[in-house]
Amino acid sequence: MTTTGEGAQTPVLSAERVSKSFGEVQVLFSVDFDVMPGEVHALVGENGAGKSTLVKILSGFESPSSGRLLLDGEPVSLPANGDAEALGIILIHQEFNLAEHLTVAESLFLGREVTRFGILDRRFMRAETRRILDMLGSHVDEDALIGTLAVADKQMVEIAKAISREARVIFMDEPTAVLSREETDILFDQVRKLRAAGTSFVFVTHKLNEVMELSDRVTVLRDGQWIKTAPTSLLDSDSIAQLMVGRELSSLYPAKQEPDVDEDVVLSVRGLSTSYVKDVSFELRKGEVLGFSGLIGSGRTEIMEAITGLRPRLAGDVLVHGAPLAPEDFREAVRRGLAYMTKDRKGRGLLLDEGMTPNLTLQSLERHVRFGYLDPAREREAMARAKRRFDIRVRDDRVRVGRMSGGNQQKLMLAKVMETGPKIIIIDEPTRGIDVGTKQQIYHFIAALAREGCSVIVVSSEMPEVIGLCTRVAVMREGHLVGMLEGDDINEQTIMRYAAGLKRQAAV
Amino acid sequence: MSIHSGSEGATTIRRRSWRDVDLRAVAPFAALALLIVIGALVNPNFISITNLANVATRSAFIAIIAVGATFVISAGDLDLSVGSMVAFVASLMILFMNSGVIADPALMLAAAMGLTVVIGSLCGLANGLITTVGRIEPFIATLGTMGIYRGLTTWLSQGGAITLRSAEQQALYRPAYFGSVLGLPVPILVILIVTAIAAFILYRTRYGRHVTAVGSSRDVARYSGIAVNRVRTVAFIIQGLCVAIAVLLYVPRLGSTSATTGILWELQAITAVVVGGTALKGGAGRVWGTICGAFILELVGNIMLLSNFISEYLIGAIQGSIIIIAMLVQRSLTRRA
Repeated sequence: MTTTGEGAQTPVLSAERVSKSFGEVQVLFSVDFDVMPGEVHALVGENGAGKSTLVKILSGFESPSSGRLLLDGEPVSLPANGDAEALGIILIHQEFNLAEHLTVAESLFLGREVTRFGILDRRFMRAETRRILDMLGSHVDEDALIGTLAVADKQMVEIAKAISREARVIFMDEPTAVLSREETDILFDQVRKLRAAGTSFVFVTHKLNEVMELSDRVTVLRDGQWIKTAPTSLLDSDSIAQLMVGRELSSLYPAKQEPDVDEDVVLSVRGLSTSYVKDVSFELRKGEVLGFSGLIGSGRTEIMEAITGLRPRLAGDVLVHGAPLAPEDFREAVRRGLAYMTKDRKGRGLLLDEGMTPNLTLQSLERHVRFGYLDPAREREAMARAKRRFDIRVRDDRVRVGRMSGGNQQKLMLAKVMETGPKIIIIDEPTRGIDVGTKQQIYHFIAALAREGCSVIVVSSEMPEVIGLCTRVAVMREGHLVGMLEGDDINEQTIMRYAAGLKRQAAV
Repeated sequence: MSIHSGSEGATTIRRRSWRDVDLRAVAPFAALALLIVIGALVNPNFISITNLANVATRSAFIAIIAVGATFVISAGDLDLSVGSMVAFVASLMILFMNSGVIADPALMLAAAMGLTVVIGSLCGLANGLITTVGRIEPFIATLGTMGIYRGLTTWLSQGGAITLRSAEQQALYRPAYFGSVLGLPVPILVILIVTAIAAFILYRTRYGRHVTAVGSSRDVARYSGIAVNRVRTVAFIIQGLCVAIAVLLYVPRLGSTSATTGILWELQAITAVVVGGTALKGGAGRVWGTICGAFILELVGNIMLLSNFISEYLIGAIQGSIIIIAMLVQRSLTRRA
């Protein structure tokens, strides 16, 4: 049972009236939170609600400004900088803490290597690593270098590392953001197993269906305030979403508008192949929103990068408004009105050390050149326009982009891409790691673009997104385009069957 | 949605007071002011206009080369070959002037100067192409060309010196280093012009913005449709051009080069850039800071010469310490910001 009577069981870890301020700004207001032994406690809230701060306080990476923490009912002050791991309190970071040049086994025992007579006992460490990975149902090779692993496998290594340290409470910050559905299922199975063995989990996420699926209790934070803690069984996704935003979410997805069948074909891809993607063909019409679904690693990003010229093509043609587009010439593609927005906003999308304006205009500087030099006034105007159009909200206009919230970064990246005035926009993972409110804004923006006559390709791992936005959905599997779905076929079951290889259309 | 209360917001507020005065940009100038005060205390002659103008004039070579290095370093690269390049380009310039292909001395001088600019740019282009097209780490690529340019110079001079023979040409060319315009020594004038143009390019043009972007993140630059390799190569060409300008001032000064010309200048140029506040990892370039860095290096030597407590033979050690201290200061300021 999850609703153990109050006081009958002592929480493993709890926070009492914890507040936190950074400088003059208070980000947590007297929040209560507890973790029972053997439960999965979901912590949800919009970006900036204070989830990350609370998790950092509970795992010793930040100290509270006021209030106290209790471990097994006893007041405790957690050691800083991750040393709380010795107490069995482990935080799995959103950005992994793994050294790329170490092997899996070396990573697992990093900082607590097992030695015999002062010499590393590699055999023992490798065997132990194998045992834990097997327990997790992971096929990762214990001798593989971290740098060669897929993101999902790195996540598994992080979890294996947590388990090998005999964790009592494991904090997971957005663990499934980079996982496919299958990998998520494996992870959840392991979480359930460990929960049965008495390990507690705190699960920070934006994906409400996963909250419903996995967690025993839910705590909602909004604007640094505790809003509600309740057993998951008493809630549903809608009520949680409402608690998070504090207002009715009218409709997350705008009304779909199907383009006329005789609308012009603006983009046509014929027999495109890269080193991984094989023989992909499709067409995109004016005003259409086309979805690209599939598991992680199915080649969706690769095909889009090959189309736009960011990646070499081995074969095939790309036609923009009927005229062929040269391979490997991204700048030409942009000039022809084709835009690509990367899913990796921190690594490829934005200069994190720069301010907003240089980021906004980076791709369209020629618009701000006057007599050969950049005109700051024009750039400022563009920034002001973008802030209004995309509702970018910051306290200080000179803030470094790396300091902005994920939602604002995403909007800025969208604004940057739109500055080039594209007619065809390829958006890779439009809403990764951002809150519900911002998601809704981005969805409405995409729909508005289509109404204005732009064509949009949405590449997404979140099926509801593809289903809610797109009038046609292409499904990729292992580098092949295996299905092009329309109308009633656009639903989770059908997409999943194509994505998992249970079904395949003959002629796509 | 409307309220982003989170650590992001908190740090925004804290940063505001720091950003109004960007300490990293101000620090080199504060250090320069401090050095001038120390110098004045050590020896009253130090503060005289003649002495300071002398110091600035002598810093010209390193300062101009370092302006080029600011571009290369801002774009995330490094050029170790500049010292050898000075020797090589200067040797070719003198050999051309000695060849006597053009009879008229003035015309000859103009042609030699034009040739110098072309050769310098080509040397930079070579560095750029080896680094980008050849995909070799700039450290290694320019370590290679450093050896090549130096070796070619030694071969051209047959281990000795290459000297400008015609006295007429020497007399004609001399004012380019020793002359002055409206009381301002030519080398100082050249520093100011070169730096002003460089600052304009780096801060006010599309190319300058691209340099910053490429230095901050090659991936972001590529996904923003910037021709990354072209930007990097052009930065190397600018470096070559700056070396050529330095050579144009160097040749009239001594009228001769040898295999040891410009030795360790690459290190002094990099020191000037870093002391001036440009991050060695690329991104933020500070052209005026670089000039300030070059002055600081020359001033320290001058103060040591005028004072009696430290042997001037220790100058290398002091300059080495300066770069380490500059890095420590830069990092501590970054942390606070």
